[in-house]
Amino acid sequence: MPDNGSTTAKAATAINASAAEATKRQRIRLLIRAAGMLPVLLLLCAGFHYFSDGRFFTGQNLGIVLQQAAVNTVLAAGMTFVILTGGIDLSVGSILAASAMAGLTISKLPELSALWLPVAVLTGLGFGVANGALIALLRLPPFIVTLGSLTAVRGLARLLGADTTVFNPSIPYAFIGNGSLTLIPGVASIPWLSVIALLVILVSWLVLRRTVLGVHIYAVGGNESAARLAGIKVWAVLIFVYGVSGLLAGLGGGMQAARLYAANGLQLGQSYELDAITAVILGGTSFVGGIGSIWGTLVGALIIAVLSNGLILTGVSDIWQYVIKGLVIIGAVALDRYRLQGSART
Amino acid sequence: MPSGFPPGARCIGRATSTALLPHFRLFAVALCYGLLFNGRTALETKRGQETHCAPGGTMNEPILEMRGVSKSFFGIKALRAVDLTVYAGEVHALMGENGAGKSTLMKILSGAYRPDSGSEIRIEGKPARIEGPLGGRAAGISIIYQELSLAPNLNVAENIYLGREMSRSGLLARGAMREGVGPILERLGADFLPSTLVAHLSMGQRQLVEIARALHARSKILIMDEPTTALSAGESERLFALIRQLRAEGLAIIYISHRMDEVYALGDRVTVLRDGRLVGSLDKQDIRADAIVRMMVGRDVSSFYKKDHDPEAGKGHPVLTASDMADGLRVKGCSLTVHAGEVVGLAGLIGAGRTELAHLIVGAAPKTSGHLELEGQPIDIRTPGQALEAGIAYLTEDRKALGLFLDMSCLDNINLAVIGRDAKLGGFLDRDKARERADRAFAGLSIRAANVGVPAGGLSGGNQQKVLLSRLLAIAPKVLILDEPTRGVDVGAKSEIYSIIDNLAKAGTAILVISSDLPEIIGICDRVLVMRSGLIAGEVRRTETAPLTQEDIMALATGTEHLDA
Repeated sequence: MPDNGSTTAKAATAINASAAEATKRQRIRLLIRAAGMLPVLLLLCAGFHYFSDGRFFTGQNLGIVLQQAAVNTVLAAGMTFVILTGGIDLSVGSILAASAMAGLTISKLPELSALWLPVAVLTGLGFGVANGALIALLRLPPFIVTLGSLTAVRGLARLLGADTTVFNPSIPYAFIGNGSLTLIPGVASIPWLSVIALLVILVSWLVLRRTVLGVHIYAVGGNESAARLAGIKVWAVLIFVYGVSGLLAGLGGGMQAARLYAANGLQLGQSYELDAITAVILGGTSFVGGIGSIWGTLVGALIIAVLSNGLILTGVSDIWQYVIKGLVIIGAVALDRYRLQGSART
Repeated sequence: MPSGFPPGARCIGRATSTALLPHFRLFAVALCYGLLFNGRTALETKRGQETHCAPGGTMNEPILEMRGVSKSFFGIKALRAVDLTVYAGEVHALMGENGAGKSTLMKILSGAYRPDSGSEIRIEGKPARIEGPLGGRAAGISIIYQELSLAPNLNVAENIYLGREMSRSGLLARGAMREGVGPILERLGADFLPSTLVAHLSMGQRQLVEIARALHARSKILIMDEPTTALSAGESERLFALIRQLRAEGLAIIYISHRMDEVYALGDRVTVLRDGRLVGSLDKQDIRADAIVRMMVGRDVSSFYKKDHDPEAGKGHPVLTASDMADGLRVKGCSLTVHAGEVVGLAGLIGAGRTELAHLIVGAAPKTSGHLELEGQPIDIRTPGQALEAGIAYLTEDRKALGLFLDMSCLDNINLAVIGRDAKLGGFLDRDKARERADRAFAGLSIRAANVGVPAGGLSGGNQQKVLLSRLLAIAPKVLILDEPTRGVDVGAKSEIYSIIDNLAKAGTAILVISSDLPEIIGICDRVLVMRSGLIAGEVRRTETAPLTQEDIMALATGTEHLDA
């Protein structure tokens, strides 16, 4: 029947059109996912440059932004490992403080002072492994364990300096905190803190994308039961990621100590965990684990730094900075949801 | 007798007493139903004549009437125009293989699913719209699920009143609630108090609380889904007595069970579903195990099963020997042997403990007893990793929850079990090798996807299964345990998977196939072990003169081999 034929043809065209529409939509989603928040970062930079009358894109200001982003980038790199497994580490701020305190205390001992940086890093590693062991071996929820260590380690940090600020104006390797690596003499240089942060990102990328361990981390985050059935030692992976998070928090403590020549167990690193988590989520890493990349985290950390810097440059009051940053966190989680919708999960 | 007692129930009582009918008549009825299986028109004429026995020829009003109830999910028909008529004062058994549509039908009655348009449900003659989680209860239907829905942290009275708590001036009236449930508990012969915490009750007692909750909500229709699964024999007996009492009090009970002996003992009528269709109903006097089994399984064995490997393979050397495997819960001491080049089926109903047994073998669950031998050597396996190292691979029945990493690429999914073995420089991925292996798997198993880099979650069920299978094949297993290897897989991929299995057997792999799909098990296996209630109930062997039959397997699986003997 001709009538029937034309209806069929019409239906077929409709199906084709909707299929094309679907692929188009999928392509846009994929693009959003691949590019991540990079466009947002660039837009923010351009916006702040415009509204601050051209004070944003100056060599000096960019140096400040990179330096400000450094410690958070390092913490967020560790947090990326943890969140990729579907966990969370709330204790990084406290671990940072305790590590800095431990490092500064050692730096004041004349014969051991050169060892302060390894001591700071290893202190962080110790706390991280302790978190990981509680989570992996006792099977306690990560949120609860790290919420506990957030408080407990903060107490230990205060204990280390007898609840005072520890100064050491002659701390070894102080250059990593305030010096710069000269790229082209007199023209371009990059703060050592940023160099360290970039190295951390590179090594993280190598581990996550080029090693067996990296695949196992993604697998545990993607489907823990399947990972266990596939023969992956889930407990070892979990101890590793919390260990890395602690270690990098320790490194962050060392970076802060070198920058400030001082540390205070009560104040240092307060709510740093929130900035780190925000950076990871902004970077497109899924809160339920298994999806995400370290480059996204770098972009996320830069967005936070640019936001802080730009809001100051444009003269937004300290109070409003809080409000805006908070809204950015919520917006980031909304984006996370949107990304998950478009993913291959069925 | 209560005043609301329907006349039909009295008639059923009479039918019970004359249940023993001449043998030839039973045979004729069974044959008749056998003919009805594939003929829908024959079925419709039957439907038209369907009347409930009523004294003096008067029609008895059914309490529940479902007409042409259909339900599809994303274009897949889970139920196709199913009719079900239930009368007050009867136990109506609902039977069917796994996936026949029983639970979909129940969920429609509970309000969890909405039936497709054109479906009609009448309760006491009036059209009923059952919507939302409370819809069923509002319509007078209560469902007691396999896994009970009680809050163990609350007491009996609070559970019975859950969602309809009594209050006086805004405060919870605990005393009144306790008193309110007293008479019902007494009527049910409960040996516990309304103030007892549910956590302290046995499974049988908890079931009683569920029934009390249904009675308290004045339900007229009680649906029980495999109620004896978690009960001991004594508890089951008490439950049966209670069900008979409730039937005598005029309740309609829809009893879903796989167990033929229970249906024998309780059922006034049996309705059988298969592949979402109504196959037919049998009245009390016609209930016969062989008839029901044939109604449940009766479908054509398609020709796509491939079995070219040597049927004499079973005489090869034993590769895997498991003895006395038990987990203290679902597996109660199972022993089995699989030989090189042999495909052994493991059949049984859901809940028989097949998957649990497989988990014990590969170390995915802790065992309380049992030991394994691999190629004659004792081997200790405590984790799935150790099993893989030893060469025992397990394909899970739930590939999405327990098998695949949906967000990860096919390449990573395929290589996951061997990346450690392949790694260079202590932990760096050998990407060329991984790529090569994935390409080989794609070609060898004809996995259809854009490329090896796409996430596994985007593939069709059949291709997902082949990706998962490739991961296991990458370790070149000596023993391959396949749990429902073709569940959720389209027909084309099914036959491909069968020929993969066949080729592996030819290459000497020892294969154990767990499947609820009987034609599949018969089509691809050399012999079949049948599990029932955590034990290996028996073995069905293919001989030159007698092929494997679904009836033999179902009889072992449901425990009716002695009933029809």
